[in-house]
Amino acid sequence: MNERLLGILTDSFWKILLPGLTVTIPLTAIAFTFAMLIAVAAALIQFAGVRGLRQLCRFYIWVFRGTPLLVQLFVVFYGMPRVGITIDPFPAAVIVFSLNEGAYCAEIVRAALESVPAGQLEAGYCVGMSYLQTMRRIILPQAMRTAFPSLSNSLIAMVKDTSLAANITVTEMFMVTQRIVARTYEPLALYIEVGLIYLLFSTALTRLQSAGEKKLRLEQAVQDAAN
Amino acid sequence: MLQIEKIEKSFGGTKVLRGVSLRVEQGDVVAILGPSGSGKTTLLRCVNFLETADGGVMIFDGETFHLAHTSRRDIARLRKKTAFVFQDYNLFRNKTALQNVTEGLVVTRRIPKDQALAAARRALEKVGMAGREGHYPHQLSGGQQQRVAIARAIAAGPEIIFFDEPTSALDPELTGEVLAVMRQLADEGMTMLVVTHEMGFARTVSNRVVFMEDGAVVEEGPSQSFFQNPQKARTRAFLQISEPGKINV
Repeated sequence: MNERLLGILTDSFWKILLPGLTVTIPLTAIAFTFAMLIAVAAALIQFAGVRGLRQLCRFYIWVFRGTPLLVQLFVVFYGMPRVGITIDPFPAAVIVFSLNEGAYCAEIVRAALESVPAGQLEAGYCVGMSYLQTMRRIILPQAMRTAFPSLSNSLIAMVKDTSLAANITVTEMFMVTQRIVARTYEPLALYIEVGLIYLLFSTALTRLQSAGEKKLRLEQAVQDAAN
Repeated sequence: MLQIEKIEKSFGGTKVLRGVSLRVEQGDVVAILGPSGSGKTTLLRCVNFLETADGGVMIFDGETFHLAHTSRRDIARLRKKTAFVFQDYNLFRNKTALQNVTEGLVVTRRIPKDQALAAARRALEKVGMAGREGHYPHQLSGGQQQRVAIARAIAAGPEIIFFDEPTSALDPELTGEVLAVMRQLADEGMTMLVVTHEMGFARTVSNRVVFMEDGAVVEEGPSQSFFQNPQKARTRAFLQISEPGKINV
């Protein structure tokens, strides 16, 4: 490897990492938080079979799972101004990623809710709890534990998907890389470099996931030891 | 104190309960016997509104309720006076033994936490589970889980406890420990309505027996006369198979 290339790579590493920390991670964190709120709400509505709202949830999930993420980004960012709704790149990305991720996670949470035995709800009723009390205190905690690995998986997928936001002018890691490539003509090295940075982020999240799963198991092991 | 009149229930086109009537007085231990599929469990589930009956009336503490359309508020109010013990325990899997007992006290009866903890500890001690307060359900044997479930049932001081085949999922040894707890409750005057296949329990603990088949009551009466001198041929046949040698035919 010649010195010029090495210089470009070290120089660009920080230039790429910076928008990773200031754009990619905040975008992921904010959008995933909204996605979780949407997912839990949509899953609970479907699980409870709330009339009307349930159909609305099915429609939402159908649309956002059935169309490409890139198309959704384009509709919101380039399309909406046509009807007078102009949204800045970053908020537009937050909206699309939240809704898209929310649709997938809603199905994960719904499946997890359905995996909790019906007897748990009946037991809640029989000690006098209402439907909502039983859902919040008994069913949802059990379901989220079941859903945890799948939700972590979705989160990791989402970190990488944020690179698509470059297409609607969000200055995240991939767009910054593209700009450096345009200046230096080193596409192979630089695209591999940005790929490795994504890999770094994913690895960190994978570690967090294992730690989280271990903690969920430990909570019970600690009880074992205490008794 | 609890009276059920002409309760009816169908699943799809199948009639599961054909106008069953039943009466439980304070301090009664009533055993509901009968072959599988006779509607015993459905009866119990309808009485606690886990299933909605198609028709029938329930009189509880002098108040009359139409089982097919009792308001959600009335159901909630009734459930606070009753308790239910399931065949497969249904302990809250994300809660410890102690939390399983306190949950209903704190959340629905708004009993202060320290009082709820004290009541829960007493209840667990009574069922012989005092040392297992921090255990999660999956760390307990079936018999232990069922005893915690009974502690959960008695902690709030219900007027009646419904038992739905409480020992059917247990081996004979574990069955014994659960029945011992139920016997103790009966001795203390707890009102209990028990769906069971345990003939020994029905014979020695219950004071009244209801024998059901095919969604209807075939015979009922005081336990002693029911076992010693069954009136109906169907009852005799059932007892003969269930307890050979113990009945004069």
